[in-house]
Amino acid sequence: MKPKFSQFLLNTPMHLFIILIAIIWVFPTVGLLITSFRPSSAVASSGWWTVLMHPFNFSQYTLANYYEVITKIGLGRTFLNTLIITLPACILPIIIASFAAYAFAWMEFWGRRFFFILFVGLLVVPLQMTLIPILRIFNKLGLSGSFFGIWLAHAGYGLPLVIYLMYNYISGLPSEIFESSTIDGATPFQIFKSIVIPLSVPAIASIAIFQFIWVWNDLLVALVYLGGTPNVAPLTVRISALVGSYGQNWELLTAAAFVSMVLPLIIFLSLQRYFVRGILAGSVKG
Amino acid sequence: MRTKWFTPWFYVIPALATLVFFLIYPSINTLIISFFGPQSKEFVGFSNYIYCFTNETMLSAFRNNLLWVAIFVPFTVFLGLILAVMLDRVHYESLIKSIIFMPMAISFVGAGVIWKFVYSYRPIGSGQIGILNAFLSYIGVQPIPWLIERPWLNNICLIIVGIWIWTGFCLVVLSASYKGIPRELLEAARVDGANEYRIFWKIILPLMKPTVAVIATTMLINVLKVFDIVYVMTNGGFSTEVIANRMYKEMFLFRNYGRASAIAILLLLFIIPMIVINVQRFKEQEATR
Amino acid sequence: MKKFNFIVIAVCILLLFGVTNAFGQSVTVMAVWTGAEADAFLKMVEPFEKETGIKVEFTGTRDLPAILTTRVEAGNPPDVSVMPNPGQMQEFARDGKLIDLSTFMNMDALKSDYSDAWLELGSYQGKIYSIFISADLKSLVWYNPKAFAAAGYTIPTTWDELMTLSDKMIADGHTPWAIGLESGAASGWPGTDWIEDIMLRIAPPETYDAWVEHKIAWTNEVVKEAFEIFGGIARSDKYVYGGPNAVLTIPFGDSPDALFTEPPKAYMHRQATFIKSFIEEHFPNLVAGKDFDFFPFPPIKKEFGNPALGAADMLSMFNDTPEARAFMKYIASAPAQEIWVGELGKLAPNQKVNPSVYPDDITRKAAQFLGEASVFRFDGSDLMPAAVGSGSFWTGIMDYVSGESLQNVLLQIETSALDAYRQ
Repeated sequence: MKPKFSQFLLNTPMHLFIILIAIIWVFPTVGLLITSFRPSSAVASSGWWTVLMHPFNFSQYTLANYYEVITKIGLGRTFLNTLIITLPACILPIIIASFAAYAFAWMEFWGRRFFFILFVGLLVVPLQMTLIPILRIFNKLGLSGSFFGIWLAHAGYGLPLVIYLMYNYISGLPSEIFESSTIDGATPFQIFKSIVIPLSVPAIASIAIFQFIWVWNDLLVALVYLGGTPNVAPLTVRISALVGSYGQNWELLTAAAFVSMVLPLIIFLSLQRYFVRGILAGSVKG
Repeated sequence: MRTKWFTPWFYVIPALATLVFFLIYPSINTLIISFFGPQSKEFVGFSNYIYCFTNETMLSAFRNNLLWVAIFVPFTVFLGLILAVMLDRVHYESLIKSIIFMPMAISFVGAGVIWKFVYSYRPIGSGQIGILNAFLSYIGVQPIPWLIERPWLNNICLIIVGIWIWTGFCLVVLSASYKGIPRELLEAARVDGANEYRIFWKIILPLMKPTVAVIATTMLINVLKVFDIVYVMTNGGFSTEVIANRMYKEMFLFRNYGRASAIAILLLLFIIPMIVINVQRFKEQEATR
Repeated sequence: MKKFNFIVIAVCILLLFGVTNAFGQSVTVMAVWTGAEADAFLKMVEPFEKETGIKVEFTGTRDLPAILTTRVEAGNPPDVSVMPNPGQMQEFARDGKLIDLSTFMNMDALKSDYSDAWLELGSYQGKIYSIFISADLKSLVWYNPKAFAAAGYTIPTTWDELMTLSDKMIADGHTPWAIGLESGAASGWPGTDWIEDIMLRIAPPETYDAWVEHKIAWTNEVVKEAFEIFGGIARSDKYVYGGPNAVLTIPFGDSPDALFTEPPKAYMHRQATFIKSFIEEHFPNLVAGKDFDFFPFPPIKKEFGNPALGAADMLSMFNDTPEARAFMKYIASAPAQEIWVGELGKLAPNQKVNPSVYPDDITRKAAQFLGEASVFRFDGSDLMPAAVGSGSFWTGIMDYVSGESLQNVLLQIETSALDAYRQ
């Protein structure tokens, strides 16, 4: 074993690379963050980095953008609406997809390959093309404008990718588990419930984050199926309505971007502990 | 696993039903109206498809999408992969991961605002408010109007925005897969004296191949559907048009449902080769387990 | 599993909050209005809600064209909606989606409240389908009176005077114009307004109408001349601040900023009445009429005078309900429009609106210009099929300014027009 310090030196190029990438990645966001605290007259005339020349001159900062965003979007009701939409729209497809992915990965049945290809191929269907035919049926069923409709819609649009990712993970589980469990007399459902799902927690966690973010940031689906009246409108709809129709007050978007980013980031950070190594140690090939 | 013949269907039917309703039925509907005129009233045969392959803007959209595929897909997948492996060895992993992931959490509207600032151009002599041009001015170079320098620079500028947003996705999924590789395997190779590059190419990559393939396919499909970035930044001006943005315009702005549908069906057709590759992989993977 | 149960319970609680939609007498209204315009709209409907007890369910979104198209096509339109432009209104009317307003509105009152031009623009095949609630005047050149006075410049009243003044500014080492065409997904539209204003001043209004209806080709000499006059300014490094690169990349809302720097980077800016809100937002200390003002875009060929180019907000009705009827009657009335234009500084189409409600003198001046103009024409790009008016015309302007040959640009627009007007 080499001492830690020389190990660190040996790895210096790697550290430098990682830090360089991180700086490139965070730079634009820092710019947005600083911009969100500046008055609009300053934003149009000088770059955001100019505030860094006198970072403690607090007269160049303002909370006005945040104040206006928070008061205008009706924060409580809007956050609630967004959660009402997002949580079921996130859980529903994961449940449906787990079942399907399990069958595709570990069961033999007629048409298996065909349906798998079909499901994955549906990834490419542009959802804009589905809006009119689906909304027409929603009208007949009385689902337009209801939360139930939008949950189903997001579940449908998210399914192909969720199935694809879940299949990739579940099919990688070691076959010995299934063989030994079947010999022990476990039914397929018991195996699913007590082995497959617990072992898939890391995959479910990462997929859940992405589905959550997509639903959270979606504007079009919400506007079409749900409408934009304040009692149902989610965050994205209210935020996009902050800016005037010619783009006046666009600087509010800078603050709004951070307001709407808070929850997805919290969820990402809190699910990160599922990404650690070792949960599957010894039980999965890779 | 052996089951009764009907058991698998209990597992598949909820997904099948949902997909039939939300994606398959609308796709068939799309296929049909792609042979009809703007308002789906008169049958026009293949003329919408002919339009797609003869109209100049459409052709430039195809070319641009190819450029997206050639740059965006390798960059996101490779960067995600390298970072997944590297980050596993540093103790500040979760911080960096959060930073790379952050753009995913920013809405497209927010991302559009950010990058308009990065690429912003002001004439020489007035203060630059875009960081890139401010830097150029600082070192005494003329500012560049990034988003209108066609045909390469502006497209690449848009692709960079895409890479910035999507690398986080690749990183998170690939990292989860990398962490599934048993450490003993890597340690054993190190003990045998293999260097890190060999370990990466000979052990890590083969084990992660299925996930890399899934991510690459997902990114590829993503690129074919890329829309928001272009719509927000240039709306296809200055030869930056892409297929999906064209479809959106024909559909919602020009209200030509026939053409929009034909473009959507073409997108579906482009994906067929990729699905064939997937079938290959599907077979391989089962053969090896 | 405990966590799972928790989530289920949480969802159920959320649901209880979610499904408490109150139903009652209401009218659903959809519009492009967001931000300050949405606030003004809500203020305008307040008295209506109080008086009638009808609740106005308002959705404001800048994605209106996409959402409206989808909902109308799916058979689920809002009761009342803003039309993206008159061309779109005519398409909906042609498809039989709109309600004929004369079936319930008092046409005599309407005729005394509105000039024939407005009623005609809101009609399709002799039936009235739309009410205009506000207008913007486009034929204006904004300037900084203090900067003009300091440099000894005077307001030009003819095109020749304008060009002489421009040349004088250049000789003095200044830059005459500020132009910004960038507008995100709609980039290019400020240039189309330039072309339209010039068209109205180098040809009779009938030629303008023929051009809008595509009865004359885009390659016609008149169109060419209009582009060349615009290009003489926008494609020049001397006449416009920053040259073509700046014209193409500066957001239209930031563009007039150049007039108010010290020293001014530019002296004139051609834009509609609504640019006032941008100037006031960027420079809260400036006073309208004192620190910034406008003069009419001057006549080019004397015989065509000084026509007014404008755009306007129009509402149409998709569902014939008593509530929607009451709402349409209300917004056509002078009291409603007085609230609306008073809040926003737009111009009122209803002639009975009292000019004293306008927020300042320059808005009153614009209203007067609009009312007295011998020729008024609606923004042509709004009347053309979207594939041209919001498509190839926009991109054509950008391509032209970026240096493409006029012949090529016009041919491309013409090709898309041949295709779009056929439908």
